[in-house]
Amino acid sequence: MLVVHQLTKRYGTLQALDGIDLVVKHNSFHGLIGPNGSGKSTFLKAIAGAHFPTSGTIRFNDKDITDANPYERARMGLSLKFQITAVLDELSVFDNVLLAVQAANSLWSLLLSKTRSSLRDQVMHALERFQLAERSNELAGVLSHGEQQWLEIAMALAVRPKLLLLDEPTAGMSPEERRITGDLLRPIKQECSILIVEHDLDFIREISDEITILDQGKVLDTGSVEEIQRSTKAQQAYTTRV
Amino acid sequence: MLKPSGAFSTRRESRSIIPVIEIAVLVFALIAPWLLSSTPELITLGTNVLILSLLAISFDLCWGYSGIMSFGQALFFGVAGYVVALFGRDLGFSYGWGSLPLAMAVGGLLAFLFAAFLLLGRRAPTVIFVSLGTLTGAYAAERLVSGWQYVGAGNGMSSVKLLQFGDIEMVEGIGFYHLALLLLFIAYILSRLIVRSQFGLVLAGMRQNEERLAFFGYRVQVFKALIFSFAGMLSGLAGALFAFHQGFIGPGNMGPGLSTTAVLYALFGGGGTLIGPVIGVLLIESISYFLADQDAIKQYWPVILGTLLLSVVAFKPTGILGFFVTARERIGSFGGRQ
Repeated sequence: MLVVHQLTKRYGTLQALDGIDLVVKHNSFHGLIGPNGSGKSTFLKAIAGAHFPTSGTIRFNDKDITDANPYERARMGLSLKFQITAVLDELSVFDNVLLAVQAANSLWSLLLSKTRSSLRDQVMHALERFQLAERSNELAGVLSHGEQQWLEIAMALAVRPKLLLLDEPTAGMSPEERRITGDLLRPIKQECSILIVEHDLDFIREISDEITILDQGKVLDTGSVEEIQRSTKAQQAYTTRV
Repeated sequence: MLKPSGAFSTRRESRSIIPVIEIAVLVFALIAPWLLSSTPELITLGTNVLILSLLAISFDLCWGYSGIMSFGQALFFGVAGYVVALFGRDLGFSYGWGSLPLAMAVGGLLAFLFAAFLLLGRRAPTVIFVSLGTLTGAYAAERLVSGWQYVGAGNGMSSVKLLQFGDIEMVEGIGFYHLALLLLFIAYILSRLIVRSQFGLVLAGMRQNEERLAFFGYRVQVFKALIFSFAGMLSGLAGALFAFHQGFIGPGNMGPGLSTTAVLYALFGGGGTLIGPVIGVLLIESISYFLADQDAIKQYWPVILGTLLLSVVAFKPTGILGFFVTARERIGSFGGRQ
């Protein structure tokens, strides 16, 4: 589904990404881990189109998307959940998701509000899935941090992506919220693939099919969860158990 | 730091104030001609307020709803005014069914060309880039017509042919007032439908976080270009009405001066509300009119007005309406339970 070949990103003299190769398969959860500053978020943003790589290629469903804009990638089926929550504080929870769901509509349809009623069920379904239906009419800005993270994921999923890019979905969450997040994410495997960046190694081990370790902008190791657990390279990169 | 309208508020708002204000303003606009019928100058003032309200709304659509800081609304206003004046002078044509749509087309097309240059690049432009781009356009246009003899150079074009509907010539007075009111009403309703539609939800999201919307799959700059062009149409309509009503159009009606005034109308009244800019025009133009005749204060009035406007912008960025309307109501709800 996603094939990244020799991706590099340089900021002046800083080599943020250094020849990364990575493959994400259909309907699989691929974890991306690494120490702080290893280039995980930079890599995810390069795939989403937030910035363009210095060299290398990104192919998605057999199409070269290396130079595509974020909106073009989104329309192809790539969806990003930001590291720092980017819910629209001044809009209601419902409107946040409606905004995501109606993105595929034509301009004319949006001007005439043709789908305002028909999309309601889809929006409410997305909110119910993340336990936010009861709060649909509240401003997104008043949700707790954990709820805002869920709303972000609900928005990213509501566009029915083929590949969901999750940048630290459990950042700032309580242990209970992390557990619930894991439970909420597992059923998604039937719908799409996920490339997930996460610091919580227990969380990523439980949820991922494959794991790639980045260190200083390079791929240190990649493989199944069991392979990574046995990897000496991984143990060198982390003092904690993977 | 000045921001597009929408200062964050967590309060739930059950009462709607804006519709009440809108109806009050409409009722006032309807009965004003009867109240002022004995004073033709005030009917003229009222007509000017209605025409300038169109210009102020056009700016509000850009900044208050879409985060586009335009200092070029007067450019579309002035060019459309010149075009209808030239059609009247050179072709003897000033029929409303042709002149007013022509003015809207000129304003809209010119705004679209500006949008194509300023907004439709590969990367999202900054607010400063768009501000300076539109400001430069307005300034350049003003300088251009100031030295162009064909359009009257610095003297502008006076004796603009009267606007006609069939055999009826629209002169200054109650008839023109009602025409301006009708057109403002239609433009207002249309603008309101747009900003409350699903398209308006995109504008509301875009104003808060453009990048987020791009990752949903929205081509944000296209939405900006469209609303900017629509705002240009309204400015063009206002410019044509102004030229027909005043019988004059000049370089000062298309430059940074009038563009900045349009900004102040909206910020003073309350951006992002549509009705706020109308109230801004009404207050600023009315106070200017009455105080400009007071000898004791006449020379100080521009200073007082400037201070007042600065105070509002600095201490109450949501304008006069910000005292009555919460951010929650201003931004509104687009699909959930109200």
